[in-house]
Amino acid sequence: MVSALGIQLGVVGVYLVVALAVGLLAYRLTSKNAEDYYLAGRSIGTVVLLFTTFATLLSAFTFFGGPDLAFRAGPEWILVMGVMDGVLFAILWYVVGYKQWLVGKAHGYVTLGEMLGDRFGSKRLRAVVAGISLFWLFPYVMLQQMGAGEAIVGLTNGIVPYWAGAAGITVFMIAYVVIAGLRGVAWTDTLQGLFMLGVVWLAVGWVATAAGGPSALSNALATNKPEFLALGGGLYSPQFIISTAVTIAFGVAMFPQINQRFFVAKSGTVLKRSFALWPVLVVLLFVPAFILGTWAAGLGISVPEGANVLPVLLNEYTPVWFAALVVAGAMAAMMSSSDSMLLSGSSYFTRDLYRPFVDASLSEDREAWIARIGVALFATLTFVASLFRPGTLIEVGDTAFGGFAQMALPVIIALYWAKTNRTGMFAGILGGQAFYLAHVFLPTVEIAGVSVFGPTYLTWDFALWGMLLSAVLTLGVSAFTATAPEENQSRFSEGLRAD
Amino acid sequence: MTRARIDYVWIATFAVLVTFAVPWFLWGDSRVFAGLPLWLWWHIGWMGLTAVVFHLFTRRAWDRGIVDGVR
Repeated sequence: MVSALGIQLGVVGVYLVVALAVGLLAYRLTSKNAEDYYLAGRSIGTVVLLFTTFATLLSAFTFFGGPDLAFRAGPEWILVMGVMDGVLFAILWYVVGYKQWLVGKAHGYVTLGEMLGDRFGSKRLRAVVAGISLFWLFPYVMLQQMGAGEAIVGLTNGIVPYWAGAAGITVFMIAYVVIAGLRGVAWTDTLQGLFMLGVVWLAVGWVATAAGGPSALSNALATNKPEFLALGGGLYSPQFIISTAVTIAFGVAMFPQINQRFFVAKSGTVLKRSFALWPVLVVLLFVPAFILGTWAAGLGISVPEGANVLPVLLNEYTPVWFAALVVAGAMAAMMSSSDSMLLSGSSYFTRDLYRPFVDASLSEDREAWIARIGVALFATLTFVASLFRPGTLIEVGDTAFGGFAQMALPVIIALYWAKTNRTGMFAGILGGQAFYLAHVFLPTVEIAGVSVFGPTYLTWDFALWGMLLSAVLTLGVSAFTATAPEENQSRFSEGLRAD
Repeated sequence: MTRARIDYVWIATFAVLVTFAVPWFLWGDSRVFAGLPLWLWWHIGWMGLTAVVFHLFTRRAWDRGIVDGVR
């Protein structure tokens, strides 16, 4: 057991150090070309754009949360994530992403808050958008630390405690951003993404072979978990599938690191290619990752308290070093996507909050240092919060996505309806957030026989009702209030050029 | 077809792609084919089809609804 533990920790440690070294090298090689601090001079090509966006999917939510849910509730999670990411998000990639790319190119925007603040002539709106984004980024970074902690518990069968895994990834995360600087993340995202895609398929092949092939595995499911083979049932009602897919898809489009990528493409061609390849990439990642969790249920794997199913399954059916390699790869991928989040988060903080409100004459050097200190502080706070284990990986992730989703419809309305005004935007964004926060934090109460602040209304998730409310408020208030003189109504419609 | 008509055809196409990414008509079905549930095969095939339609969209209708006066 000691030797197995030695191999596990050795593989994880070496992989993380190598990943850090590659990041440093990539940074040294690329930083001189990066004209622009955050956007690499709007010069990101198809492969890198696709994979840096893809890398955001390579988070604890996908690698550990998804298989856990498939293990507990069945493989329908593949459909939820498929329709969410492969189809709905791809459409939003066009509707929000392409439009934002055109607008950003015409006026030189770098953040969502900057774009909206300029259009509606309001520094305050800019700050509200940045503040809300940072607020919901917090649980999502925390999710990565929880995932790492749980993965280490599963891999070492509880010998290494949860907090050590979470602390480990926090230290690496901060080191990556502070030492390697805030550039070159896209590069390592691409390498990590390709590596993980390969390794997940190897894992599927290995487990399938060791357990007697896919047919033997589905027979095991039919015997031990017959309800898993039938579509629907249990957790998976049509309402659950639709609500979850819709809120996550719209939430993802408002995620700082995703939304900022909408500004970085080199040309329209890059966005087109990425758009068409998206459903294929999604299937290639989600099907193997979640089918592993499902198979584990059929094989009767028992998962220790507070661990993820994936490392436990791999330990049982593949060599120790391979299981450790998958966990290390997943942790490194989570680390690099956390860095993208922290990078975008720090640009929201410095550009939309610090510069406009604290020190407008901030030098670039000082801005870089404030960003680094901010990142270290943010990651430390999320680490502390992760020790309290406020929910499962899926619950925490879902809460964060839902929070971002409340901003999506006001933003889309603003992008396409020139009559949207500042008051309408404030009403839609703040109204949606207030509604959503009340449902996340307040206990359910009965008022005249109706449950208020409960998880659903008429069987539909409250996050969906919040989105509806945000849209109604934005449209309604804009229609009945006057436009402020500082607003630039034609900002999002005139002067857009595709070439 | 008029410009607006073509817009509606694309909107309807996207709606169909979203709707049937989940094979609702196989609800409760537990048939297995080659080791995986039948409904999962539908989903994998549908995502392939979606990629092809998206590719056609980028070739024939990109900019539609976003940049005025194109096509």
